[in-house]
Amino acid sequence: MSTAGSPNSAMRGFLDNLRAAPRRILDSAMRGGAPKTDRTRSTFVFGNVFLHLHSVRTHRWSLRWSTTMGLGIASTAGFLITLVTGLLLMFYYKPYPDAAYDSIKDIHFVVPTGRFIRNIHRWAANVMVIAVLLHMARAFYTAAYRKPREFNWLVGWGLLVTTLGLSFTGYLLPWDQLAYWAITIGANIAQSPREVTDALGVTQSFDPGGLQRLLLLGSDTVGEEALIRFYLLHVMILPLALVLLMAVHFWRIRKDGGIARPSDAEKRLGPSAGDTYPVFTEAPAKTYQLAAIVRGKTSAVGSGPENTVPSMPHLFYAELAVLMITVFVCVALALVSDAPLKELANPAVPENPAKAPWYFLGLQEMVSFSAFMGGMGIPTIVLIGLGLIPFLDREESGTGEWFGGAGGWPLVRTSILVGFVAALGVETFAIRFGWIREWLPSVPQLVITLINPGTVLTLIYAAYSIWLLRRHNSTRAAALGLFTCFLCGFVLLTIIGSYFRGPNWTFFWSPTDWARH
Amino acid sequence: MTIKAGKERSRLDPEPMPRRDFLGLSALFAFAGSMLFAVTGMLRLPKAAVLSSPSKKFSVTLPDSLATGEPFVPPGRSVALFRDAEGAYAISTTCTHLGCVVKASAGEFECPCHGSRFSADGSVTKGPAPQALPWLKVTASGAGLIVDEGTTVPAGSKVTV
Repeated sequence: MSTAGSPNSAMRGFLDNLRAAPRRILDSAMRGGAPKTDRTRSTFVFGNVFLHLHSVRTHRWSLRWSTTMGLGIASTAGFLITLVTGLLLMFYYKPYPDAAYDSIKDIHFVVPTGRFIRNIHRWAANVMVIAVLLHMARAFYTAAYRKPREFNWLVGWGLLVTTLGLSFTGYLLPWDQLAYWAITIGANIAQSPREVTDALGVTQSFDPGGLQRLLLLGSDTVGEEALIRFYLLHVMILPLALVLLMAVHFWRIRKDGGIARPSDAEKRLGPSAGDTYPVFTEAPAKTYQLAAIVRGKTSAVGSGPENTVPSMPHLFYAELAVLMITVFVCVALALVSDAPLKELANPAVPENPAKAPWYFLGLQEMVSFSAFMGGMGIPTIVLIGLGLIPFLDREESGTGEWFGGAGGWPLVRTSILVGFVAALGVETFAIRFGWIREWLPSVPQLVITLINPGTVLTLIYAAYSIWLLRRHNSTRAAALGLFTCFLCGFVLLTIIGSYFRGPNWTFFWSPTDWARH
Repeated sequence: MTIKAGKERSRLDPEPMPRRDFLGLSALFAFAGSMLFAVTGMLRLPKAAVLSSPSKKFSVTLPDSLATGEPFVPPGRSVALFRDAEGAYAISTTCTHLGCVVKASAGEFECPCHGSRFSADGSVTKGPAPQALPWLKVTASGAGLIVDEGTTVPAGSKVTV
């Protein structure tokens, strides 16, 4: 009889627990309690595996719009959008010749929202490439690659190459005429070292070009083996590499002391807003540990991290805003412009003109003079040069400032002029008068490989950069000039390749002049 | 068998390389070596021993109406066949620049991708192509011809039919 009340009270306890379960599940997910105050929000960021890629507090300089323009987050957002839409497209895509084309056609015309998702995927990929390029330009022009951020510049370099690789491999998957011939050209660019080995007569024993093409295509033509390889690279190998590099990239931003800022950033920002809650209300006792974790010149002993604000919510709001803008841009573009799908790939009839994705058209323009130099030689030189920047420019003035360092904005302004005029001059000459082969048909190929519009332009830029180096007595000045010149050359050649080249890669003032056939 | 006791070592006079470190390093090298071996083996995989490409030989009969210098392109093949007084010959229509299929017409080849042009015998006259279009091996077989896209012959090699 004494246990009469117990079943009831156990029952009541059970019901109470059931009622409290949702709240307790939520509580258990957050180690430090709900993020409601600055303190608990800090614990929340610190204790969350995803959020702790951010530091708990962010410097006010990093949050200024002009510091980063949100380009890194825009690149990441572009990747996230392609990831989600790409996963959706994989529901229907079949990586086999002809079946691939049919499945894309199904996605385009039959699958509910299929066309919209494919459009977003394609636009987000473009947005990602643009954002990555601009992000690199931002890091360069603010001299953010300098000590201690050299390694992160290299990781970013890897991210740029991987991003371009992802775009290129995605280009073949629709298996239409555009895809087939762009990849045929791309694979033959991989083979173009033969231009040199053939000229030297050593291709029989030493053929790196042939091996590269064979590994890329898995066969000697663009066929089923090539498609499955490009698919594997596009949906598995390169995304994994990208995620891995991104993790290191983000982690190093934090470990290298946040976004680069000028040494007098505190003074320029002025006092923080009056309502900012002080970080330490009494003298900090344990800051040495922080100093050991974060690399920097001064250990913040005896003072708190003034001029910083809690990352949650300030930084997170900024990041979400950039994410939303990126999504908005991609969706808006996807609504107004469809991703192209031409006829089924036909190995007997090339697309005319056969154009690569727009960001490779500058290369294609150079390739139309020498396949090896334009497609491999100069890009390799540019990529090596880019990677070496932080190790050659060891100066300190101007870090964290736009166009910081010797020469500054006036030098960049002149370099823009030099870059465009030189590229325009060389192109005008080549288009108006042709190139060596037209004047001397029997000239050895090696001469053209060495002297063609691409190499001439590169030499002009290099000479200008060396002149800057001596004039300003500064590596940074030379780097500013060279980077700007190459950027301008890239833009100009891309524009010419996109809008002024028609059938047979002939120069046309307008696509409406293209001969119809 | 006796083992001579070595000099007594102390913390101030350690062995040149402690046995523990030596064993650890050996293990590390063994690991690195085996990983290298495994990775090399894996890298061998993407290069197939046999390529899944269709046969490069095909037989063809030239139409009787084919005039001297006019190209005949068999459907689905990147080869242009010609016939003149000396015999029949085949010139590849795969551009030596970046692999596009060149358009064969009487007396000229023209590439649609980057504007390379070749004369009637395949040699480059304009554009970025680094080499002449190769001539391919042709053998007579009854009334027709057998063309081998995989074997090149010196320019000017013709076969009588």
